[in-house]
Amino acid sequence: MTLLAWLFDILLGLGLLWLGWRLLSSPDLFKAIVLFIAFGLLMALAWVRLDAPDVALAEAAIGAGLTGALLLAALARLSSMESGKDATVQAEKAWLKSPASWFPAIIMLLLASGLGYTILSLAPYAAGLSPEVAANLDSSGVINPVTAVLLNFRGYDTLLEMVVLLLALLGVWSIGGAAEPHEGKPGPVLDFLTRLLTPLLILVAAYLLWVGAHAPGGAFQAGSVLAAAGVLLLLAGWCLPPRLMALPLRLVLVAGPCAFIAMAALTLLIQGQLLEFPPAQAGILILVLETVAMFSIGATLAALFLGGRPQHKETP
Amino acid sequence: MSSVFFYALVGVGLFTLGLHALIVQTHLLRKILALNVMGSGVFLVLIALARRSGETAPDPVPHAMVITGIVVAVSATALALTLLLKLAAATGRAELPDEQQDSH
Repeated sequence: MTLLAWLFDILLGLGLLWLGWRLLSSPDLFKAIVLFIAFGLLMALAWVRLDAPDVALAEAAIGAGLTGALLLAALARLSSMESGKDATVQAEKAWLKSPASWFPAIIMLLLASGLGYTILSLAPYAAGLSPEVAANLDSSGVINPVTAVLLNFRGYDTLLEMVVLLLALLGVWSIGGAAEPHEGKPGPVLDFLTRLLTPLLILVAAYLLWVGAHAPGGAFQAGSVLAAAGVLLLLAGWCLPPRLMALPLRLVLVAGPCAFIAMAALTLLIQGQLLEFPPAQAGILILVLETVAMFSIGATLAALFLGGRPQHKETP
Repeated sequence: MSSVFFYALVGVGLFTLGLHALIVQTHLLRKILALNVMGSGVFLVLIALARRSGETAPDPVPHAMVITGIVVAVSATALALTLLLKLAAATGRAELPDEQQDSH
């Protein structure tokens, strides 16, 4: 068994490096992005091998799924812009030709060996902060240690992360301008799959949110599954009615950060500490925060896919 | 060497591969891909080093940090792609000028 596990680890590690190399040197951008999606799925396998199922769920939904969809959408817009120039199929191997171009590669080899040496000189055993987390898990309101760290012990990280998501969306909306409405009718397969998968994805999101208290899962994973449903609906040509685009959508987008800030202010006033929940009510408070955060994360990620401000002024 | 250090070394390899591509590639979409690969390398090092706990469960704090990192990475990627599309629309090209290629 250990030999088999070792073989798997080595194949997976070499596969990751090979995919990383291929996707960064592939002359075809479309192929590079498809390889990147495969790379994300292999990363999710690596997280499972490293006993990080929470990270594996997030990587499979976001790293492979949503990032891939974002990249493919951007490439489609880019090639419609550059049609005729054929800039995407240009060989990028020019750096191999002249000897001076080897300079970065040599520096990178030196950097890799320095970093590798540093890692190998670390202690083979280190518990890190897990004893502290295990000791305080009872007062956190949840059983899953990763959720306890994300929502309770280091809740301010998650608070700031919600703000980062909102800032990124504000950036996309201010730079991207108005989003072009998706034209064209979906094919029968996409149409059927969307109808079939959307309720299923909503159910999976709800399950992931609920199960996050005691098993791998949580607001981020659930939110990204919701966002995947949103992306699927956008691809199938569905869009929100214009009256829901204006204020209600924006309210959902800011609900997550606002709920976090309100909770932070409340706990600061009552408990004297930022985001320090009273142990007796911690479980229910975390669930409420996570639910609001899930809707905000899902809406924000799906809105990022749209690539611009949704138009709500125009009536169709 | 346990598999923990093997995965950490793979992470270092991915980080340097990505950094190299970030430096030498001229197409901006490739640079965004390279940044994502670099990020994956960093995450792999973090999670691998969190697994150095022997038989007990790994350290959950780096796990939470990496989940945060994955979400931040996707939002940064979305912003970068929007900037790229606007640049391409304004200048007609999605690549940075390369002095070596231009001098030929």
